[in-house]
Amino acid sequence: MIRVEFLGPIQKEPLEVNITNLSELAKLLQDDAELSQWLENSAVAVNDTLVCSLEYALKDGDKVSLLPPVCGG
Amino acid sequence: MLYLYDGALDVPRILKEWYEQETQSNYGAYIPFVGTVRSEDGIDGLSFDIYEPILNSWFATWQEKAKEKGAVIKMAHSRGDVMLHESSYIAAVFSPKRRVALEFIDTFVEDFKASAPIWKYDLKDGKRIYALDRSTAIAGSGILGVKS
Repeated sequence: MIRVEFLGPIQKEPLEVNITNLSELAKLLQDDAELSQWLENSAVAVNDTLVCSLEYALKDGDKVSLLPPVCGG
Repeated sequence: MLYLYDGALDVPRILKEWYEQETQSNYGAYIPFVGTVRSEDGIDGLSFDIYEPILNSWFATWQEKAKEKGAVIKMAHSRGDVMLHESSYIAAVFSPKRRVALEFIDTFVEDFKASAPIWKYDLKDGKRIYALDRSTAIAGSGILGVKS
């Protein structure tokens, strides 16, 4: 099982999903209308490391985080 | 050294503590940057969410870069609400000579604005409104939106 967390202003509870890579997660989340605005501008981290490829393989227990645009300071 | 606080920063105390921490370190330069909440667009203040695990690793990478130059970075940031004319952010670089610190404070703060996992909200009329128009997508964003 993979846990998916939505950080900052994305008002959505975490999900637990059965997937093996980020490409599958993309397909799953693209079906969720309330997430459409966030998928275009959010970064993705697996186990708190930013990743840039949809081919990234996931294993049981991994945590995926979506990070929307930032503005510290 | 990364310090997170609930609410506004006590700027004089933090700057003094950092100064005193390094008085015997033989640094010739101490260059702080302080970010203060300004009155604009009718806001009452700002509010911040922080995702600490990635903030910590981002900061550790910068501390390593500073170490290679013989410098050290310190940073303080607020969580939650910070009202007008209070401060939410301090970054400082200590280095043997001024040039390294002046260059580092510039590149560090710019990358902080673009990469650090902190989200800003305007406090206005009792609401907490995400400041999307002033926010920056982290490098590599958008991969989950690509249709296959």
